[in-house]
Amino acid sequence: MARLIVRGGRVIDPASGWDGDADVAIEDGKIAAVGKDLDASGAGQFDARGCIVAPGFIDMHVHLREPGFEHAETIETGSRAAAAGGFTSICPMPNTAPVNDNATVTRYITGQARRLAKVNVFPIGAITKGSMGEELASIGSMREAGAVAISDDGKPVMNARLMRRAMETAAAVGLPVIEHCEDLNLSAGGDMNEGVQSVRLGLRGIPAASEDVMVARDILLAELTGARFHVAHISSWRSVEMVKFAKSLGLSVTCEATPHHFALCDADMLPYDSNFKMKPPLRGRRDIETLVDGIVSGTVDSIATDHAPHPGSEKMQEFEQCPFGILGLETALGLALEKLVHSGRISLARMVALFTTGPARILNLDRGALRPGSPGDVTIFDTDRRWTYDVNRSLSKSRNTPFHGHEFTGGPVAAIVDGAVVWRLN
Amino acid sequence: MKDLLGIESLDRREIEAILDRSRAFQARDNHKDILRGRMVVNLFFEASTRTRTSFEIAARRLGAEAVSITASASSVSKGESLVDTLNTLNAMRPDAIVMRHAASGAPHFLARHLTETPIVNAGDGTHEHPTQALLDARTILDRGMMLEGLRVAIIGDISHSRVARSNVYLLSKFGASIVLCGPAPLVPPELTALAPGVEIAHGIRDAIRDADVIMMLRVQLERQHEPAFPAGEYFQFYGLRLEHLELAKPRAIVMHPGPINRGREISSEVADSQRSAILNQVENGIAVRMAVLERILSAQREARSI
Repeated sequence: MARLIVRGGRVIDPASGWDGDADVAIEDGKIAAVGKDLDASGAGQFDARGCIVAPGFIDMHVHLREPGFEHAETIETGSRAAAAGGFTSICPMPNTAPVNDNATVTRYITGQARRLAKVNVFPIGAITKGSMGEELASIGSMREAGAVAISDDGKPVMNARLMRRAMETAAAVGLPVIEHCEDLNLSAGGDMNEGVQSVRLGLRGIPAASEDVMVARDILLAELTGARFHVAHISSWRSVEMVKFAKSLGLSVTCEATPHHFALCDADMLPYDSNFKMKPPLRGRRDIETLVDGIVSGTVDSIATDHAPHPGSEKMQEFEQCPFGILGLETALGLALEKLVHSGRISLARMVALFTTGPARILNLDRGALRPGSPGDVTIFDTDRRWTYDVNRSLSKSRNTPFHGHEFTGGPVAAIVDGAVVWRLN
Repeated sequence: MKDLLGIESLDRREIEAILDRSRAFQARDNHKDILRGRMVVNLFFEASTRTRTSFEIAARRLGAEAVSITASASSVSKGESLVDTLNTLNAMRPDAIVMRHAASGAPHFLARHLTETPIVNAGDGTHEHPTQALLDARTILDRGMMLEGLRVAIIGDISHSRVARSNVYLLSKFGASIVLCGPAPLVPPELTALAPGVEIAHGIRDAIRDADVIMMLRVQLERQHEPAFPAGEYFQFYGLRLEHLELAKPRAIVMHPGPINRGREISSEVADSQRSAILNQVENGIAVRMAVLERILSAQREARSI
C-alpha cells in the first residue's frame, strides 16, 4: 500500500473550510486523512513546513497543441509546465489538428495523457465540427469519451441559432458550454484593445463591445435553454457586470479570469512586443478594476491561464502577423499571489478556491478538495519566497511570455497527482 | 539619437536641431564630405517612389552611397521573415537602414533586435512617418510662420494616417493647436488623447475656419479593411475646394504629403493655387532627410569610436 504524508504545512481546503496546520495522508492515490500528527509508519514523507498545502489546482483553459502542432507544445511538455506551475489537472481546448470534435480525437488525447502526462488531462470537446460554426460536433460521444465541457474557443459560434442548439444538447448530456466571447465582425483585423493605446500605436483595435455583445447573447441563450454557460477569459468590465447580473437572476452562468488580464492593462504593453498579444486583448484600467472586484465579490468563479504556446518563429514577426496567445501555466500562481493576495484584495483561501473548487464545480470534477476518498491531488506552494521567472528554463516547449524576468513573491513548491510527487522545486 | 523611429519620443531640442540644420541643406552647396564613404540602405517593403527617391538623393548629396531595395524584388517574396531579411542585410554592415513597412511598429521591432545599426523610419503602417512631419514643419517655418499658436487643420483619413500622427506629435510639442477632421469612422475620439491641443471636427468648414495651415490627406483605400465611410460622397463633404479657403486665415497655406488625388480630396484649382505648398514640401523633404541622416550617422560614429 503506497502511502505519502505531506507533513507540517498549513492546509487550506476551501471545500471543507479547513485552514490550519495539518498533515495530509494519501494512500493508494486517494486522500486518506487530513489531521494533526498523522501516523507516519510506512509512509513516504513530504516536508511541507512553511508551505501552504492545498487541493490540486485545476486549470480549466489550456492549449496543449497535440495533435497537430507538436512543435509548439505536446501533452507531455504542457503537462510538465502545468506541474511546475502547481497544477494537477488541466483542460485542453479542442483547437488542435484535427479538432477535438469527435470521440476518436478525445480518446487519442486521453490516451496520450495516460501514457505521457504528468498531471490529469480532461479534454474539452468542440461545439461544432472542425469548430467551423456550421454543424454540431459529436457532443454526446465526446462526453462518453471523457470530455468535460464543450467550446469552440478562439472560433466563437457566431450563429446564435446554432449556439442555442449546442446549449440544448449540452444541457441534456450535462456538459457546460464554454464560449470565447467575441463578435468576429466587430473585432475583425484587430490586434489589441481598442482605445487610446491602439490609436497611438496605429494598431487596429478590438473593442470591448465585441466581447460584451457575445456575453449578452449567450447569457440570453443560457436562460432560454437552461444550459450551464461559462465565459472564458472574461476581460471587459461590462461583461463582468453582465455575468454578475445573470447570477443574480439565478442562471447557471460562470466565468474565469486569466492572470494576465488581472495583472496587465494595454498601457503596460511594450510597444509592438508580441508577448503582449492575446485574445481577448489586455484591456484598460477600468476593466482590470472591475475584474478584480468580480474576483473579490465572487462573480468570477475561477482562475484559468489560457496557456497558449507559440514557437518563437511565429512570435518573432511584425506585431500584426504574430498569432495571439501567451504562456500561462508557470506564472499563474505567482501572479495571483502578487495581484490578489499580497495586495490584500482576497484571502489565501479564496485564491485557493479560485484554483480548485471553482473550476471543479463548473466542470463537475471530483477534484479540488482534500476529502477522504477523493483523488490524491495536492498542490504545495509558498507565499514569501522571492524568485524570478526565467522563461528559458520553462518546461513548456515555447517561450512567449510577457513575464520573463518578472520577480515573484511566493509560488509553486510541489505538485502531487494521485499520491505521486510529479514535480518539486529544486 | 541612435534611431529615428517616431516624433512622439523626440524632445523639442532634437526636433529644433534637425530643422535648423536642414536650412543649411536647402542651399545646393557641396556637402559631399559629410558622409563620404558611408552606406545607407533604403529598405522599402511598401511601394513609394517619392520617399525612397528623397532619401536616396539626401544620402548622395551628403556623399554617402545609397542602395535601395524594394520588398517585391527581394527575398521577402521567397518567404524570408522580416528578422532574417534584416539580419542578412545587417551582416553586410550598412551604416544605417532607412525602412518603410506596411506594419505599424515594424521598425521598432527591428530596432530592438538590431541594436547596433541605426534605423530610420520612413513610414510604418498607420503609426508614424517622422521625416514627413519634420519636412512639413520646415515648410511652415519657411513661410515665416511660428509653430507656437499656429492653427492647423488636418483633413482626411486620420485613423490610417501616419502623417497625421507624426504631425500631431510635432505640432503639439511646439504649442500649435490642431483640428482633425474627416468622416467619423476615420477620426476616432481617442485621437484627442494623443497630445495636448488636439480637437476633432466633422465638418470641413469648422475645421478650416481661421486655420493657418490646411493639411490634406489622401484617402488610403489600400489600408481600409472595410467600407468604413460612404466613399461616394467623400469629395462633397471632405474635398478641399477654393471656396473653403476664404474661411481660413488670409495667408493660410495648403499642404499635402502626396501623392495627391485631384478631385478626390483636393480640387485641381486648390492644388495648383498660390496657396499650395505641396512642391515646397517635396523639396524640403531632401534637406530634412539630409539633416536626419547626418545626425543619425554622426551619433553612430561617436558610438563606434567609444
